[in-house]
Amino acid sequence: MAENIRFHFDVDGENFTSAGEASVAVKKKLRQLGFPPDVIRKVSIAMYEGEINMVIHADGGTADVEVTDDEIVIILADHGPGIPNVEMAMQEGFSTARDNIRALGFGAGMGLPNMKKYTDEMNIDTEVGVGTTITMKVYL
Amino acid sequence: MKIGEIKELLNAELLCGEEYLDHDVFAACCSDMMSDVLAFVKDQGVLLTGLLNSQVIRTANMMDMVCIVIVRNKVPTEEMIELASDTGLVLMRSPLRAYEASGVLYYAGLGRREEDG
Repeated sequence: MAENIRFHFDVDGENFTSAGEASVAVKKKLRQLGFPPDVIRKVSIAMYEGEINMVIHADGGTADVEVTDDEIVIILADHGPGIPNVEMAMQEGFSTARDNIRALGFGAGMGLPNMKKYTDEMNIDTEVGVGTTITMKVYL
Repeated sequence: MKIGEIKELLNAELLCGEEYLDHDVFAACCSDMMSDVLAFVKDQGVLLTGLLNSQVIRTANMMDMVCIVIVRNKVPTEEMIELASDTGLVLMRSPLRAYEASGVLYYAGLGRREEDG
């Protein structure tokens, strides 16, 4: 590939209904680019969970996807409350989501573990009161 | 099992995706928790749920599912129907409860493990 392909999205934190639109768009683009279904699925699920998290916890943020010759990099950045205890947040079933979020089908404490499960690398850079940047990589 | 058979078995009303009724599916899952669907589902073509919001359609899309059955005759929003239609998903609603609908499909062989006979 001559030049890396990049996508940028602003994730609207106000609107739960539109959450996931960026992931749907990325999925569509990766499909058009002819990537294998398992790669597309990994990228889109990890990004979707991250997008939902940004809407639930952080009042939105930005999502950037870069496709290089050997990996797809997803960077999700927000200016939300930050994650006080990353180790705890990575445990399956741990959630700080409110009941109204659970009623919408999320907040089961599977978001971050799922993102890790579906990607080859995941790094969480977070500071309480400042925000969180999650970088995920799926190898090609 | 053809999606059309699922429609018949569950006495369901088709809301969109008529052109896909001939598609084959091999397994299903039933959940109102989309996080769990994203965590545990693998190659399951059908989602049965009582949850009504646009994230149901997006979750199914992410998981490459092809058919969503809304149980207990709940009425999905116009937005859900539109999203499902745009995504190329079959959306239907059944009068059966989630437990019954799952049981009917399982008994009919959808996703049934061989050792269960």
